[in-house]
Amino acid sequence: MSQANTAATMTSVWAGGRSPYAVNSKKFGMWLFIISDALTFSAMLMAYTYVRLSTPNWPTPFHFSPSIIFSTVMTFCLLSSSLTMVMAVHAMNHGNRSAAVKWILATMVGGGAFVALHLTEWLNLINNEHVTPFNNEWGVPLFGGTFFALTGLHMTHVVIGLIYLGIIAFAVGRGKFKAEDVEVSGLYWHFVDLVWMFIFPLVYLMSAKI
Amino acid sequence: MSAYTEDVEHVAGATTKSFMYVWFALLLMTAVEVFLAYEQIPVLIFLIALVGLSVVKAALIIAYFMHLKFEKLSLFLTLFPMLILCIILMLLMFMPDSSRLMLMRPM
Repeated sequence: MSQANTAATMTSVWAGGRSPYAVNSKKFGMWLFIISDALTFSAMLMAYTYVRLSTPNWPTPFHFSPSIIFSTVMTFCLLSSSLTMVMAVHAMNHGNRSAAVKWILATMVGGGAFVALHLTEWLNLINNEHVTPFNNEWGVPLFGGTFFALTGLHMTHVVIGLIYLGIIAFAVGRGKFKAEDVEVSGLYWHFVDLVWMFIFPLVYLMSAKI
Repeated sequence: MSAYTEDVEHVAGATTKSFMYVWFALLLMTAVEVFLAYEQIPVLIFLIALVGLSVVKAALIIAYFMHLKFEKLSLFLTLFPMLILCIILMLLMFMPDSSRLMLMRPM
């Protein structure tokens, strides 16, 4: 084969060695996980909305204070932590590792505040409104079941995200991992934020005590 | 063979200023949702408004924070039409029945 022909084959779209999505494999893997996880949460939210709409005496235990105030502040914490995560990816893309670590730690503070507030809100519901996963005073056990299942699964995702970000921050601080690794962890964190954007209105605001 | 590189590209348009705008828009929409919760609106209308706002918020997060706006179209087309189709199928199966049950409630 002549040199010109070899060069033409190497630059051809069909020559192989090209990514159809122009993203690295870790990022593509995370996207596939996110889509499958999105389907899990969609099914759970759909089931929750079904029983919410079809149950005549669905309880509305979320008083403005503390439940709605707490959940609104939790939304603010998650949204702000998404912004700091974007800043971490931005810093890492520009090779600024120390700034990236600081932004990731700020993200973890936002996530930690979310978990602390959420646990306080859970304890308020359990101790003051006497809601458990299988029983409550209003005789609608599905309320506790759907509430704890949905928010519990989401909080598990947040806790796993905090551990994941902690590992990434530690490694980046030691000069390991590349910008793409921070970006992939960011994708996971933004997804956790995104899911809350549906849980907050559908679970809390739909059952707010007016 | 040309080597496939995994280097991160810096994309024009993905600036910290645009991320701040998106963050502010998300906070504003959250405030609107909380405001709507205390207005006397029929449940179905309220539900549609909340889901509509949530979908816009999710789209902003996916497009800007998750960077999908700046990725190749092929990535979006591989991931999202299937997800949206599955969600529509779930909606078609569940929602008409739940609304029927709601209308059957004793007055």
